[in-house]
Amino acid sequence: MSPTTWRRLLRRILSMLGTLLGVAVLVFIMLRAIPGSQITAGLGTEAAALTPEQRAALAEYYGIDKPLVVQFFSWLGNVLTGNLGFSSSSQVSVGKLTLSALPVTFELAVLSIVLALLIGIPLGMLSASKPDSPRDAVGQVVGLAGLSVPSFLLATVLTSFLSAKLGFNPNGEAYATLVEDPVRNLRQMVLPSLVLGFGIAAPIMRTTRTALLEVRSQDFVRTARAKGVPARRLQIRHILGNALVPIVTMTGLQFGYLLGGAVVVEQIFSLPGIGRQVLLGIQAKEYAVVQSTVLIIALSFVLVNLATDLLYRIIDPRVRAE
Amino acid sequence: MTRGARFRRGTLSVIGLGLAVALAASGCSSSTGAGTAGSPSAKVGGNLVVGITTDPDNLDPWKATQFQAVNILQTLYGTLTEFDKDLNVVPGLAESWTVSPDGLTVTMKLRQGVKFSDGTTFGSEDVKFSLDKIKDKATAAVSAASVASVTSVDATDASTVTLHLSAPDAGLLANLAVINMAILPSESTSQALKTTPDGTGPFTLKERKPNQSLTMARNESYWGTKTPLDTLEFRIIPDETSIVSAMQSNNVQLAILNDPLVAKTAQGGSLKLAKTAQLSYHVLQLNARRPALTDVNVRLAIQCAVDRQQVLDTAALGEGEVTGPITSPAYKSDPAARPCPKRDLAKAADYLAKAGKSSGVTIKTIVSQGEYATSVAEAQNLKAQLAEAKITLDLEVLASDPYVNKWIAGDFDAAVALNGGRPDPDGMYGRYFTSTGNLNKVAGFSSPELDALFSQGKQSSDATARKGIYSKVSTTLENNAPWIWLFTGFTYTVTSSKVSGFVPMANGSVQYLRTTALS
Repeated sequence: MSPTTWRRLLRRILSMLGTLLGVAVLVFIMLRAIPGSQITAGLGTEAAALTPEQRAALAEYYGIDKPLVVQFFSWLGNVLTGNLGFSSSSQVSVGKLTLSALPVTFELAVLSIVLALLIGIPLGMLSASKPDSPRDAVGQVVGLAGLSVPSFLLATVLTSFLSAKLGFNPNGEAYATLVEDPVRNLRQMVLPSLVLGFGIAAPIMRTTRTALLEVRSQDFVRTARAKGVPARRLQIRHILGNALVPIVTMTGLQFGYLLGGAVVVEQIFSLPGIGRQVLLGIQAKEYAVVQSTVLIIALSFVLVNLATDLLYRIIDPRVRAE
Repeated sequence: MTRGARFRRGTLSVIGLGLAVALAASGCSSSTGAGTAGSPSAKVGGNLVVGITTDPDNLDPWKATQFQAVNILQTLYGTLTEFDKDLNVVPGLAESWTVSPDGLTVTMKLRQGVKFSDGTTFGSEDVKFSLDKIKDKATAAVSAASVASVTSVDATDASTVTLHLSAPDAGLLANLAVINMAILPSESTSQALKTTPDGTGPFTLKERKPNQSLTMARNESYWGTKTPLDTLEFRIIPDETSIVSAMQSNNVQLAILNDPLVAKTAQGGSLKLAKTAQLSYHVLQLNARRPALTDVNVRLAIQCAVDRQQVLDTAALGEGEVTGPITSPAYKSDPAARPCPKRDLAKAADYLAKAGKSSGVTIKTIVSQGEYATSVAEAQNLKAQLAEAKITLDLEVLASDPYVNKWIAGDFDAAVALNGGRPDPDGMYGRYFTSTGNLNKVAGFSSPELDALFSQGKQSSDATARKGIYSKVSTTLENNAPWIWLFTGFTYTVTSSKVSGFVPMANGSVQYLRTTALS
């Protein structure tokens, strides 16, 4: 790599670290800004009956008796040495919790994105093939439905209907990882990834449609057609190929969001993913769990963005040339 | 589910009171309270899956208050006394007890041959260790106040303990029946117990998958009737609707639901649904120490301006019963015995006039969003009803944590709340409405009359006399209207047709999982 590339890479890594530090500080402050603590989160209104001595003993027990600055830097210092903290409710380290939750969310995100692409791109191509025609309308309606039907509704209706009418509810069984039982795992992933994929298919479909229409109006398409390039090859290789950059951007963005955990879908389908981990952490006010998990989510997001940028270089020679 | 104070408070509701049964009973029969397993077709064996909405937040029985945690710990740990299905106090690890004539010494005979799940033998040293630790402020045990009357504990011999009291305490035996009073082995440390529970309960913890499930195995050395089940799994399914779906596809066989709408969807097919009236009660707490509410006439005006059945019908689909202050079955208040048993706007106007506030009053009211399902709807209905009596409820709808913070600090004129009940009225209201009660700041009201009544109730060992005393407590509360008691709700136990032997309880306890069988 040239010195310029090195400098760019360095700059990129520094800005990533800056983003992560910003996220860490922000989450730390926001968590403390919410009234209450792990004591009131655990005891609810029963906390009113605590004597000052009991309250002090509990604050020490939960490690929230130290000044905020000390709490922040001791947590950050631990994170830098690989210790993400400890969940007092689950009695395991946050690292261990995350190691079991992250693959669940990652698998769900990958499957959802694949489904979304399988639905969104053909639908976008169908719509773009003849704008303002009935087939375009069909594509647009499906896209609109994907955008406007909330995932919690779709998820609840699907599970309720399938389990009540067909007795099909793989998510009612104990969760199995891909390694433990691949068949059950995939059965448990079908409905949630379908629900998420349907929602994400909509923006992908719309982006595809717009990008295709724009590329199609360009000169090189007319030239290719004049040269007698077969229609299918023209659609896929010339038009779709040149429209990929915005589609990849949109997909990367959606994938990044998915890695943050699809909280609602994970809740409804009882998937022990990263979104649920954050939610439970917030409910129980387990600061270390929330801070470390959010940091990992932010890291995944930043890495996905980086990967998307690298993908541009592969799919678009113009980016490489810059 | 409405995770929240309902359950956190509700859990402590278990802290019952034995009252008359309690110290009155000097020496007691030796029923186990365990009951027998299921129906004739029930068989020994099987793996029961119970759907719950949240992972337990704490496996330390002395600190746990969350509903799910308390339920799970009940299957693992034992207590000196227990409640039977009607909330009477029955022997647990203590086989029998005698109370000295002056009521200041309780001698307990312990069950022999009981073992902890690690194989060590249970004895008087464990009882002394546990009670001393619970009383120690450094332990921060949530039920420390329940044994405040116990000054010291002696392990008289291997199977006898003697409790010395500062004053007679009719509620003590019921207080010992809650899981926050679990007896732990004397060598145990809090740290070890968080991951490896070591109790004398009907089950032992086999495996825990955080945020996924907890699996228990039958405790073969349990002192009572051994449970028919091989294993009992608490599976965490965060959404009540998803629990019902899992039951319809027979992945889960038992669940206790709170949302009446969801419960309705579980009716029919192969599922059975049972409603259980709860001890916990919905209430509009008034803070009589705030300027707007110091005059009893203003509070009585509010009491007269509310149609409780309307609140129940609009906010909770009519699923519940209008209630007076005391919900404990043995001491239940008569909801008709209050200054205005029916809504009476003329009387409300009279009371306001007596208070010199005919032009109306404004009351700042806190409401929690998310603590329990019906809170906001209750508040809105109360606001609409009271507006007709020139009483303005200024609603402040808060998220769970800010609400709890204000509630704890007593920082409100009024609060729409769902409070946990207890089997004994002393445990239920002594802490709120006595001037030294640890929740008196929140209750916002006390009087020398109530102090005297609660003191008599605590010292009396005669069941009939206690009923009379708490009936007076109820009347005094209604006549002073420190709070406006509204209604009690139900919980809904859904079981698959294969499940038998489970008995739902008014305090929300699932202790009868130990007698539950699968056919």
